[in-house]
Amino acid sequence: MIRHLAALFIGLLLGAFVASALLYYNPLAARNSLSPLSVSDQEIISLGYSAVAEDAIVYTNDGESTVHPYPVKVQQLWEAPIRRTEVLVTVLSDSRNNAAGVGIKFMSDSEQTRIINGEALVDSVWHILLPRRGSLFVSQTENYWNFLRQIVVPAHWSSGDSWKGSWHGNTTVGPGALGTARVTGGYGEYAGLDSEAVEAISARAYSVAAGPVAMEGRLTIEVVGRADSQSAGLNAE
Amino acid sequence: MVKTLIFGFLLGIVGTIAAVYYLPVVDQYRESSIIAVAPNGGNTESFYMNIPTDRIMVGAPNQAEPLPPGIEWPVGEAFSGLRAELFKVRNSDETVIGVASRAASESEEFGDSIEWVVHLPARGTFYISMPPESVDGVHRVGILRAGTREFGPMHGRVSERWVANTDDDEEDAPDGRIELVTSFVGEFADDMLEETS
Repeated sequence: MIRHLAALFIGLLLGAFVASALLYYNPLAARNSLSPLSVSDQEIISLGYSAVAEDAIVYTNDGESTVHPYPVKVQQLWEAPIRRTEVLVTVLSDSRNNAAGVGIKFMSDSEQTRIINGEALVDSVWHILLPRRGSLFVSQTENYWNFLRQIVVPAHWSSGDSWKGSWHGNTTVGPGALGTARVTGGYGEYAGLDSEAVEAISARAYSVAAGPVAMEGRLTIEVVGRADSQSAGLNAE
Repeated sequence: MVKTLIFGFLLGIVGTIAAVYYLPVVDQYRESSIIAVAPNGGNTESFYMNIPTDRIMVGAPNQAEPLPPGIEWPVGEAFSGLRAELFKVRNSDETVIGVASRAASESEEFGDSIEWVVHLPARGTFYISMPPESVDGVHRVGILRAGTREFGPMHGRVSERWVANTDDDEEDAPDGRIELVTSFVGEFADDMLEETS
């Protein structure tokens, strides 16, 4: 009887291990696809930012996550309804790497997350303020499964508790049918804008202790249906 | 015993996949929404930000006491007309339910503007823009420009006002609070009509 129970237990462990491996290495899970905006013939705004917390103006979360809030004395989001939320306030730079504005990003873990589908989803919005030009609101669903699988997990497996390399991927997967974010113009020359965007991340170093060490993000925003098309410097070539 | 091992193996695979499929990975904490039905249709809801306790950040040039301490707001003439703030957002029961940004922009070319983005993790986000002038000396009134999830099919108005704290009895009482009152109406989508028919 004891031998049968032991066999059942070992079988269960083996089965769970194999199932976990299948899910982790699932070839049908999300892949980095080509951004639909990379083939757009519309005017494009390209805004870059550092995704390292200490390069931000303000970064805050629940205070217990891998990435620590910055500056140190910033209020933490410890209350239960906002505990799974992060806020990033950062300088956005144009395609010439000049400061173009300020971006405020709210990110919350999505209840639509399905590991079985290779989805580690985050509901995020950007409030983008470009002085003397206007403002934009970008809402999107992001999938960090590839980032977790190819950077965060290898960093934990590494003997040095870190990852170094070159990784680039689009994180935006919706709500647009082609996996694009929804863009709404606010005031200024973007008033009335109704368009699409894609956010991408380029990572070079990640630490288990501190999170991203060298990582940049880039928002690519398609500008359609806008009367004034003068946005020199912001435009990608 | 081999049969038991194989049975356990298959059970382990099925159990793990079933657990991953059915157990929620993310379960956002929810407070009950405190919504009133407006007499002319739609619904109203109030949100509050106690000042200074709920203010997370004030981003503006040349601040005497920056918040949070250590903040480095971008310098330059281009940023001189921009002020951005971050808040924790409370419901009518004084419970924190979200976070919000408020941006005030000055522009000779486009005029001045005030914008809010209110992010409620369990419900969605809404984006408001409003002129800086108040309609009655007290309230600013703006319109809902965009929303996500619960607020996606909505349209309507939002009023903003400052409510000073007149209760001097409480020690450490806030100076006052910013009140946002939403008045939203939902839109029927085709799929909703199909569901009801």
